[in-house]
Amino acid sequence: MGERFSPLLLSILCIGIAILYIPILVLIGYSFNASELVNIWGGFSTVWYRELTHNRQILNAAALSLEIGIVASTGALILGTLAAIALTRYHRFRGRLLLTGMVNAPLVMPEVITGITQLLLFVSMLQTFGWPHRGFTTIAIAHVAFCTAYVTITVQSRLLSADRSLEEAAMDLGSGPVRAFCEITLPIIAPALAAGWLLSFTLSLDDLVVSSFVSGPGASTLPMVIYSKVKLGLSPDVNALASIIIALVGTFVILAGFLMRRAERRRLLEIQMAER
Amino acid sequence: MNLAAAELGAPRRRSRRKFMERYGHWLIILPPFLFLILFFLIPFAFALKISFAETAIRVPPYTDVLSITPDRHLHLALSLANYKYLLTDEVYAVSYVYSLRTAFFSTLICLLIGYPMAYAMSRSSKATQNVLLLIIILPFWTSFLLRVYALEGIIRENGLLNSVLLHLGLIHHPLKIMRTTLAVYLGIIYSYLPFMVLPLFATLEKLDNTLLEAAADLGRPPWRTFLEITLPLSVPGIIAGSLLVFIPAIGEFVIPSLLGGPDNLMIGRVLWDEFFNNRDWPVASAVAIAFLVFLAGPIALYQHYHAKEMET
Repeated sequence: MGERFSPLLLSILCIGIAILYIPILVLIGYSFNASELVNIWGGFSTVWYRELTHNRQILNAAALSLEIGIVASTGALILGTLAAIALTRYHRFRGRLLLTGMVNAPLVMPEVITGITQLLLFVSMLQTFGWPHRGFTTIAIAHVAFCTAYVTITVQSRLLSADRSLEEAAMDLGSGPVRAFCEITLPIIAPALAAGWLLSFTLSLDDLVVSSFVSGPGASTLPMVIYSKVKLGLSPDVNALASIIIALVGTFVILAGFLMRRAERRRLLEIQMAER
Repeated sequence: MNLAAAELGAPRRRSRRKFMERYGHWLIILPPFLFLILFFLIPFAFALKISFAETAIRVPPYTDVLSITPDRHLHLALSLANYKYLLTDEVYAVSYVYSLRTAFFSTLICLLIGYPMAYAMSRSSKATQNVLLLIIILPFWTSFLLRVYALEGIIRENGLLNSVLLHLGLIHHPLKIMRTTLAVYLGIIYSYLPFMVLPLFATLEKLDNTLLEAAADLGRPPWRTFLEITLPLSVPGIIAGSLLVFIPAIGEFVIPSLLGGPDNLMIGRVLWDEFFNNRDWPVASAVAIAFLVFLAGPIALYQHYHAKEMET
């Protein structure tokens, strides 16, 4: 296909990309503003970044968010991969329709609904069993529930395109199903697993609504702190914090994408070499 | 000795293998299944139950729906007061309608911007496509909350947009966009655009090029080829993208709360206020249940198209 765009198409593409990027770039620009007044450019300065390193509230919240993110995305990776295998490999089992529904619904379910319903469950559980107390545990469980959906979708589409005959060949040669899966299919779906974990991690790190509902007193995640600061008015240190988060996530995602592409190319090359 | 052990072990191993063949798949299915039942599905039952309770000054702040009386009878106290309240207080009906309208028009605008973007992407070379795809996906990975906050920097009274327009002399007084309906629309479109572009691109990319070439060979003008072939074939992508924007947008909380004004009462925000400010858990549950009933149709539609997508 030749790259001949009509000017209209090209301009809409450019406008769309501009809409997506200008606010973020402006935000990063403002984070280096020396002036405390957001509308006046007071010269280049890193004062807001330095201020962040003394802000205990933000540092604690960031640590909590990172911990929850790692726990939740690892849990979601395990459950989501199992669900993806179940849905692609087993076409008839009792509850398949229900599992499909429960895996896809969180993708579109408004967060306020998920948040309040899960909170009511946790409160009732605490009343009956004395567990879980609202805070780290409840936030992590709630995040696993919605991140599982994203992992499942990512891994599922990869599994569907993976060639099953290789695994069957390994099993014919006497390897057990678990070993065949681990040695043949797992390397093929590894990029999807990495993508699913990374996506879960960023979603967990970003979640405000569900966390606010299920969290208890004293447990404030980073988005909760940012939200309450923004709600009170623009504070320049949030600009710096936001820039750091965006830069970290951006670098991470681009790097991961690059590494996955390289691994993929190497795998294809190996297949070509083997076929010769 | 070794031989005997092997002979003894073989049938046991065989029976274990047989067991794994028959029931092994449940080891894979059950963990996610049970987890999601417990932490995603059952919570709705609790919300339903508590929507029939009444507020009470205690911890947790609602009355028991099911209780065991001292003479060991099961006591069921259902109160429909919360649902009656939803019907009588205008705020709820108004905010439902307002949320639906806002979500509908934002979805439409996302489609009008997103479709040409996805179309242009699908027509470009593989290398350009990869770069464009990364450009569209990257904001999708960056924090939603921070992007909404970043938009505020553009549209507030002394933000970039007003500065540029004032400087160019196009306006003489700063435009008031923050805390208006326009800000809510801009927020939703800005935040949800990638959700529209990606499924559209996935559908358009799979489109059979030979059909388009055949049409061109037969002398069809490009716009007719588009209307007669491309557009009808991309309907699944249009529906998937629209639902991915429409459904979450109805329940949006962050955008109306940070960008909207007091009149931009979207249902997600009403539920949030009922829960956090009024501390009325039963009414908040009733709002959630009523909202879910409204959403059942669109969610089922999304599931239907998504299932079809996964099969092909």
